[in-house]
Amino acid sequence: MSLTREDVTYVANLARLEFTPDEVTALIDKMGAVLDYAETLSELDTSTVKATEHVLAVQNVFREDVPKPCLSNEQALANAPESEAGCFKVPRVME
Amino acid sequence: MELSKKTIHEINDLLDKKEVTVTEVTQSVVNRIDAVENSTAAYLSLQTEEALIAARAVDEKLRERKRRTPLEGIPYGLKDNMCTQGILTTCASKMLYNFNPPYNAHVYDRLIDEGGILLGKTNMDEFAMGSSTENSAYKITHNPWDLNKVPGGSSGGSAVAVAADTAFYTLGSDTGGSIRQPASFCGVVGMKPTYGLVSRYGLVAFASSLDQIGPLTKDVEDCALVLNAIIGHDAKDSTSLKLEKKDYTQNLKQGVKGLKIGVAQAFFGEGLQPEVRKSLEEAIEVYKALGAEIVDVSFQHLDYALSAYYMISSAEASSNLARYDGIRYGYRAEEYDGLVDLYKKTRSQGFGDEVKRRIMLGTYALSSGYYDAYYKKAMQVRTLIKEDFEQVFGGCDVLLTPTAPTTAFGIGEKTSNPLEMYLTDIYTVPVNIAGIPGISIPSGLDNSGMPIGMQLLGPILSEENLLKVAWAFENEKGLKNLKAPLETEV
Repeated sequence: MSLTREDVTYVANLARLEFTPDEVTALIDKMGAVLDYAETLSELDTSTVKATEHVLAVQNVFREDVPKPCLSNEQALANAPESEAGCFKVPRVME
Repeated sequence: MELSKKTIHEINDLLDKKEVTVTEVTQSVVNRIDAVENSTAAYLSLQTEEALIAARAVDEKLRERKRRTPLEGIPYGLKDNMCTQGILTTCASKMLYNFNPPYNAHVYDRLIDEGGILLGKTNMDEFAMGSSTENSAYKITHNPWDLNKVPGGSSGGSAVAVAADTAFYTLGSDTGGSIRQPASFCGVVGMKPTYGLVSRYGLVAFASSLDQIGPLTKDVEDCALVLNAIIGHDAKDSTSLKLEKKDYTQNLKQGVKGLKIGVAQAFFGEGLQPEVRKSLEEAIEVYKALGAEIVDVSFQHLDYALSAYYMISSAEASSNLARYDGIRYGYRAEEYDGLVDLYKKTRSQGFGDEVKRRIMLGTYALSSGYYDAYYKKAMQVRTLIKEDFEQVFGGCDVLLTPTAPTTAFGIGEKTSNPLEMYLTDIYTVPVNIAGIPGISIPSGLDNSGMPIGMQLLGPILSEENLLKVAWAFENEKGLKNLKAPLETEV
């Protein structure tokens, strides 16, 4: 199967990435090669095979609902590119 | 011999007999870093001053009491994707160029408890995506056996620090071979433990169902010592196994008599460097002579492992890396128009090419219309590969394979072709898919003097057996004293 420019642009938007026209061309080539390689998976009949999400039989792990110390507001904001009044600051979302 | 060139257990003997101090040991490694780090570039950041201060503090304590643990006072390095409070944790990405973690990775806390001395954070492929450490946004790390060759990856800096004696041991992370393949390329020991044996808390996530932390060391006994220190249940990682603490040194030297070692043709196929094949055939003879039984085993679905791996790991990566949005930490683009544009500009400028390719591949595999064909299919194939291993380990205790199809390749040799780069992981990825443990140890050198790696695999939680089998070979062949011919006099 072959990837189109539209495919790449559509997926890029989903992934919140953007590419120059040259980068799109390179992606069609390099992503396409990996997808072609992955096509071999379709040779296998897996209609009756269960999917393995995790190799171990992991269950939900619960703990008692007891308050414990957590990061302070200052610690949580310490790495933020921009903050104000104890909050992360982002560009205006609504007009 | 300089102290820096010794193993942990050799240093332990000297420290316990009070023949050397922790300060002398640490100073020796710091001198070694000063001499060779310019050539190898194993570290992204160093804290040698702090390490020497910590060493003097340990010596003070040791005047009053004996050493508490075998890692107390031993200098080490951490891959730069493990969180260290107060020390930058960049994942070798521009995206985290200024990230100062507000908490420690569980393994770092464990090593602080042990009294270890952190020397620095080691270089890696950006977000652990790569097989040569060439995807680091900051520097190229060089293989100490030949500075024009790659160290492997993604834990390339961790492998080089151990091979060049600029750390007694390091920790790496292994999602598809990222500990074992660089260990193989650099002639050191590297282990990926069973999924869940070591807590992943504070390890920056790449592919959560495959990632596992493990040790890189100068020999097998050291590997057991470090593994002892980092295993154990951690309530902060919900996939962490609840097991009794174990001492992996206890049965290390019991030999392989009567053990069944499996050999599968699937691991000795096309693309295997002839010298690697020859070296492993010799290793098989060594094991026979030591009293192990060699048995032929076979796989049905191994050819599909690499495809399944790249679908699963890229899908999980695309989801895990969605958190880098320029809002809460890390890089933010300087110019943007509105919130969505901030995300796009930040991510497009902050991530390198390989990371962006994997995010794209993963997003594509998870997107509507392709989910069943790629992602679900890969998870079904995962079941088949897991069952293959279960069946194989019904007939043998340990499986012997090459770690990688070739020895280290040249810097720049495979950077233009991602698929060719991915193929270097062909023998290591099935292990992560099945969640089983694996260890790589040096088995010899090729004709140009580059190290060859042998991989030993076992069923879930068979680390003790793997270490025993690895130690028996190392003890017989004596390769642990082989050192990278690194010139120090410039």
